[in-house]
Amino acid sequence: MADVFTIWVDGEPVEARGGETVAAVLLNRGLVSAYLAGKEGDASPIGRISKSGSPRAPLCGMGTCFECRVTVEGVPQTRGCVTLCQPHMVIQTSG
Amino acid sequence: MVESLACDVLVIGAGPAGLNAAATARMAGADVLLVDSQPLPGGQIWRSADGKQHPEVEALSPELADVSIMHSTTVLDWCGLESIMLLSGTSVYRVAAKAVVIATGARELFLPFPGWTLPGVMGVGGIQALKKSGLEVVGRKIVVAGSGPLLLEVAASLRRSGAQVQAVVEQAPWPKLAKFGLRLLRSRSKLQQALDLRRDIRDVPYKMDTWVTEAEGDTWLRSVKLSDGSSYECHYLATSYGLVPNVELAQLAGCEIVNGFVKVDARGRTSVENVYCAGEPTGIGGVDAAVVEGEIAGYAAAGDFASARALFGKRNRTDAFTRALSDTFALRGELRQVSDSSIVCRCEDVTLSQLKEHKDWRTAKLHTRCGMGPCQGRVCGPAARFLVGWEPGEARAPLFPTSVGALVENARTEATL
Repeated sequence: MADVFTIWVDGEPVEARGGETVAAVLLNRGLVSAYLAGKEGDASPIGRISKSGSPRAPLCGMGTCFECRVTVEGVPQTRGCVTLCQPHMVIQTSG
Repeated sequence: MVESLACDVLVIGAGPAGLNAAATARMAGADVLLVDSQPLPGGQIWRSADGKQHPEVEALSPELADVSIMHSTTVLDWCGLESIMLLSGTSVYRVAAKAVVIATGARELFLPFPGWTLPGVMGVGGIQALKKSGLEVVGRKIVVAGSGPLLLEVAASLRRSGAQVQAVVEQAPWPKLAKFGLRLLRSRSKLQQALDLRRDIRDVPYKMDTWVTEAEGDTWLRSVKLSDGSSYECHYLATSYGLVPNVELAQLAGCEIVNGFVKVDARGRTSVENVYCAGEPTGIGGVDAAVVEGEIAGYAAAGDFASARALFGKRNRTDAFTRALSDTFALRGELRQVSDSSIVCRCEDVTLSQLKEHKDWRTAKLHTRCGMGPCQGRVCGPAARFLVGWEPGEARAPLFPTSVGALVENARTEATL
């Protein structure tokens, strides 16, 4: 049974489990809020906003496309899909 | 401060090819250093699920017991075998190796279409990788589309995990797929796999000769439209059109590339002495080819040519599958007929119409910044090659976005060489 802990995304507590990557956790959260929100702008950010202002989410899932980049523990441009969640990890999206 | 490391054989990539190369090099008595860009070994096809190692990776543990492994590590620069610069987190290492095995695998081929940049659209291998890393798929409506044997495999895996797979959409036509299917029946293990697959997705619509024409949604994907006029509501669209070999490192090392693949001899040796290459970068052949190519390259890199030669027969038996893959899943011309408003370069938001104003990759890059973003052309390059026939430029260091601090340390070290 994987351990459950809290990570921080844009200042909000989010539940994560051992073995999960930042990208997966943000996607789960983003999908739920996008469908519950019903309106644009209310969905939880998954990661970055493109140059022309559109929200983006992971594409390749394996560290090559860089769509999943977020700031992890103060380090920007960190790929969420190759970063395992750790207890109390602090993440900032650009969304 | 750059730490120096030395080894007999440096293996880059811990997927099926790299793990086996490290194992056989070690068995041949070499001191082996294995580096991999991911946090856990296994590459893509043997990826750990929820933190647990894949059984195939477990099975190799005894042979890898004495192998040093550096996770989350990439090659920063290549200045000859005596100076391969590695980046691990923010630390830079300089490795001196007697031989190297490049086993950098492949990535997915993404073809642009209207709406493909919406959250919820991801690769076929991509959704599998994310599922194994915690992506929730239970009850999610998912369309799996594109081309290749991966579509059915991933669709079945998603189904078994409780996803609602709406449809599997394959662009290849029935006659080719039938031939490929019959081919699989010749191998007992593949026949069993095929039967298991069929059982897992027997109630999922499987469309051939069909492709996705549009993804629709506002801030998240809501539905997809197909070329046959149908449409499906979905939370996720898993789509890719095959695999692109990761040849960038081999290019940086000076290896000859032919038709987009690293040229190797029977032992896996590239055009550069003591540099070997195994797995997908030498030709898309799947896991069986990767395993035996890795075994051969590992032995050869360690100087045990007799053991390498003993595996040539096993290696040759994987050739037919490699050819069948490229024949069956060749991409149709209609996939090029996408709207000019489709984004090709996702990093810099460059559309197909903007690209078409230029005559080649280099000019387009200078004027539009296409290929200048963090993916360094890994997504847009193959897409542009397919859509407008351009050959992307040569790979240059750094191969991945790197902090200025690491670049400065690298430069300082190289100045002393």
